[in-house]
Amino acid sequence: MATHALSPAVPAYRGGLYEWLTTTDHKKIGIMYVINSFLFFLIGGVFALLVRTELAAPGIQIFTNEHVYNESFSIHATVMIFLFIIPMLAGLGNFAVPLMIGAPDMAFPRVNALSFWMLPLGGILLLAGFLTPGGAAAAGWTSYPPLSERLPLSSPGPGQDLWIASIILIGTSSILGGINFLVTIFKMRAPGMTLFRMPIMVWTVLVTSVLVVMATPVITSALVMLYIDRNLGGSFFLPEHGGQAVLYQNVFWFYSHPAVYVMVLPAMGVISEVLPVFSRKPLFGYKAFIFATAGIGALGFSVWAHHMFTTGAVFLPFFALMTFMIAVPTGVKMFNWIFTMFRGQLTFSTPLIFAIGFLTMFLIGGINGAFSAAVPVDFALHDTYWVVAHLHYVLFGGSVFGMFAGIYYWFPKMTGRMLDEGLGKLHFVLMFVGFNLTFFPMHMLGIQGMPRRIADYADPAWNGWNLLATIGGFIIAASMLPFLWNVFISLRNGKVAGDDPWEGNTLEWATSSPPPPYNFDRLPEIRSERPVFDARHGLVGHGGHGSGDQPKALPAGGDAA
Amino acid sequence: MTAEAPALTSAAVAPPDAHGAAGHARGGISNPILGMILFITSEVMFFSGLFAAYFATRANNAPWPPPVFEGILNPLSLILVATVILVTSSFTCQWAVWSIRRGDRRGFIRNISITFVLGIAFLVMQAYDYSLLFGEGMTLGSGPFGTTYFTLTGFHGAHVFGGVLMLGVILYRGMSGQFSARHHDAVEAVSLYWHFVDVVWILLFSILYLL
Repeated sequence: MATHALSPAVPAYRGGLYEWLTTTDHKKIGIMYVINSFLFFLIGGVFALLVRTELAAPGIQIFTNEHVYNESFSIHATVMIFLFIIPMLAGLGNFAVPLMIGAPDMAFPRVNALSFWMLPLGGILLLAGFLTPGGAAAAGWTSYPPLSERLPLSSPGPGQDLWIASIILIGTSSILGGINFLVTIFKMRAPGMTLFRMPIMVWTVLVTSVLVVMATPVITSALVMLYIDRNLGGSFFLPEHGGQAVLYQNVFWFYSHPAVYVMVLPAMGVISEVLPVFSRKPLFGYKAFIFATAGIGALGFSVWAHHMFTTGAVFLPFFALMTFMIAVPTGVKMFNWIFTMFRGQLTFSTPLIFAIGFLTMFLIGGINGAFSAAVPVDFALHDTYWVVAHLHYVLFGGSVFGMFAGIYYWFPKMTGRMLDEGLGKLHFVLMFVGFNLTFFPMHMLGIQGMPRRIADYADPAWNGWNLLATIGGFIIAASMLPFLWNVFISLRNGKVAGDDPWEGNTLEWATSSPPPPYNFDRLPEIRSERPVFDARHGLVGHGGHGSGDQPKALPAGGDAA
Repeated sequence: MTAEAPALTSAAVAPPDAHGAAGHARGGISNPILGMILFITSEVMFFSGLFAAYFATRANNAPWPPPVFEGILNPLSLILVATVILVTSSFTCQWAVWSIRRGDRRGFIRNISITFVLGIAFLVMQAYDYSLLFGEGMTLGSGPFGTTYFTLTGFHGAHVFGGVLMLGVILYRGMSGQFSARHHDAVEAVSLYWHFVDVVWILLFSILYLL
């Protein structure tokens, strides 16, 4: 296949360990984000397997006491949300966004490195809780007071304080990253890359960054108040001292609901890049998709209290209505994706298969979410396994399938090597089957009334579903083996990718694989949201070029800051 | 146009030097100032969380202030002087910005020095005010009234401290001649932050002492 690269080939990432530890190159930082997040995915997965093993049958199986179970599910959720999903998507964005808008790097490369290095530090702080006398945080990832307060029967140990410090650190990393993305997207676009020619991935990162910058500081305020309550004698959330426990829930969810969109919008962006490329069609309804994304972002700030219907402290009709309204822009996107594939020349490569996994599983997650948005239904299903099923269909079925689509899609650009298709498909089949075996039975458990966050259960009707879910959990774990093996052998002697193995549309495919440190020597002219497609098919400029438009050679790195 | 278009023809190539890494090249707002505005946005949301907690706590605890602390937060006291000092420093900070925009380095250094000293004076007075309140038995641990008061003013004080550090940095950089009429993004960014800190204090003073 003809190559479209405009940049000379350079050796893959030069330099040893020191170079990686001190780099400010967005591509290396993006790759480190991905690797770091994947390591925490494995750690969080081990905790998930502990939880599932404990629940495989009634009675206490593996834990010596139920407190360890509480620690396991709390750390599982915290790691998966704050150290895996959010940073993994930020990492893919870090790698892709500057390339997609034709920029040499992020706007603030050193701040970018700072954002990254806060993450492993935050993770170490969090896990260090296991070394403290009371163990790690065990009040759930939500850490509602009074359960998370320093009371004898709640969370008296320092593990909870480490949890607070860790989340504040990771949140600060997110805020700095969000500011960096916004300045990069607003100020660093190549000539011709107008806002409405930006790839959808860039749009979703833009809206995500707005959510991060405006919502994350609010959870920081909740956490510092919790810290003051625990350590400095404060009384924000202690009812016996004039505080209100529900106040924490309000401030917490004011962040944590938008955080759901932080965790899914970039994954939507990924599959909006993958589907057009593997359908050989432009995205259906480009502008509609952008407005739907912005709509989800805006509505995301007005639905937080649907997590609190049963507190009796929120205005139910308003929050139920706003929650249902979120389904409208989300539905628009479903049509965007379906009609992008409709009558396309589909190539069922691994990225497309994972993107279809996203479409189908996220659809289920959306529908069972709409059930929970109905107040009377929610009163019945609140804090049951229904909610666990819903959130995993959104965050695993949605975000995780989407990010694997992105990893398979950009791996050739990141490393210069193709991943093996057969192993990729094996990975998908195992993960898809394991995922549905694990989480679909949880709908039944929820309807039958099984509460979440318990180590033991007595209703024999729940035994079968729980065993099935545990088997599914181990199949998901097994699905990581072909993936890891795939990465290992592909890095050693995978097929050389070339610059544009998928015949992509967006600018990252116009440079070499991996790209040089300065990203682009020369850029194709940008006249649409598919500049590389235009260049490949000779559509650039619509025949209106004067001779004054000649390129000029630039010294390498000539436009690096 | 051929079916198998070769790579990008030379006419299809735009020179990349048109998009410099610096925001200046494109006109409009510069990268550091946009970054600072976004950072201040996030800080506004942080204080919004604290203010929301304050109002929720206050609505839940009548009478406010509790009888034991009736009249302890008197607006006509040292705190009024501190308020005047901080508001004044916002003006001197802006004069410093206007000075450097004209290329007047001496005026810039004079005004930023005054701002720096006023910022420190505010912090000293706030610390003294804290000691007076502690003396009357009001602390973080004395119920919702003390908890909210010291959390809000404490985080504001921490931000003033951060602002004073930033002022110190640009004062040092200004004295070593690093700023000119064209190159002073750091000054603009720090002044925005200082105005933000000032506005938060005006809100805090109004709500805690007057409302």
